[in-house]
Amino acid sequence: MSISPGWYLSLSVVLFAIGALGVLVRRNVLIMFMCVELMLNAANLAFVTFARTLHDIGGQVLVFFVLVVAAAEVVVGLGIVVAIFRRRASTNADDLHLMKG
Amino acid sequence: MTALLGVLVTSLPHPTIPDVGVFAVSAAIVLAGAIGVVVARNPVHSALMLVMTLFGVAVLFVLQQASFLAAVQVIVYAGAIVVLFLFVIMFLGVDKEENVAAEPLRGQRPLAVGLVALGTTGLLLLGQVSRWTTGQPHVAGSDSGAPNVNLIGKSLYTTYLFPFEATSALLIIAVVGAVVLARRPPSATSSSEVEEADAALDAGSAPAPGAPTAPAAATGTATGSAPDGSDADPVRPEPATTRRGDGTGDAGVDA
Repeated sequence: MSISPGWYLSLSVVLFAIGALGVLVRRNVLIMFMCVELMLNAANLAFVTFARTLHDIGGQVLVFFVLVVAAAEVVVGLGIVVAIFRRRASTNADDLHLMKG
Repeated sequence: MTALLGVLVTSLPHPTIPDVGVFAVSAAIVLAGAIGVVVARNPVHSALMLVMTLFGVAVLFVLQQASFLAAVQVIVYAGAIVVLFLFVIMFLGVDKEENVAAEPLRGQRPLAVGLVALGTTGLLLLGQVSRWTTGQPHVAGSDSGAPNVNLIGKSLYTTYLFPFEATSALLIIAVVGAVVLARRPPSATSSSEVEEADAALDAGSAPAPGAPTAPAAATGTATGSAPDGSDADPVRPEPATTRRGDGTGDAGVDA
């Protein structure tokens, strides 16, 4: 393999940064969720890169777990979004200020 | 499919120039898709850009001999999660353009960009100056010597058996939680009642915020545990339904 792990890890860092920026900047809850998925994918890429670098299959197994947890998280999160939308008719995070006291 | 993946693993060549080209193209696809997710005005476009990024990451997985994960990435992420996103977007009818340029909080975006740039440079510097390997390698088994799927499967059912079982519990809980959250309370189907509760919430009456949601959660758990009761005692379901009726009646009175 010619590509050094540093390139993969740099790409992973940049992908994570874009996802974090999206979570911080965007106001739509659905798009914030998608940016969380971007960050999870960046972590997955780093895991696979380390698995290849260290010749250890554990990194790939961990990615498998991350995939499962991401699926569960998306299911519950979208359920919450639907429940909120039924009450508020909005997916804007700025409208969800019921608990500000 | 296992045999197919095994063939894919063993027949992967190790050229140098094509590797660089594939990495460059898929990295560009990944980054373009990620930027598209953040800047797209329409949520549907964001979801499609997310698919692009996920496919690029799957290509990078294949490039690193993680072909099983590449297949799972495409099947689970692009096939299930993004479809779920699109389903919710269409279901809620929020697939309209929004004004991305509007900035509700003054100074939030420069602050966010600054924070993210700081974190990114910190991580990149950390990758430059520190050593990546900390412990002994091969904790969970080597990643060569057998097809990728065999290795992952063996590791999953030996070293990581307990997390694997815990994952199954997590999935069951997620399914029950999604049903509880997305389920409409039976008597509150008329939208007027929801609007009343909403108006009460807006008015800021103290006991109201807990009232409409708590009975829903209670009935949800009652229905969730109903199959266990029916296994033990066939007469259980009818009291369960009557109790659910009572609960929603109380909810109507409270609201």
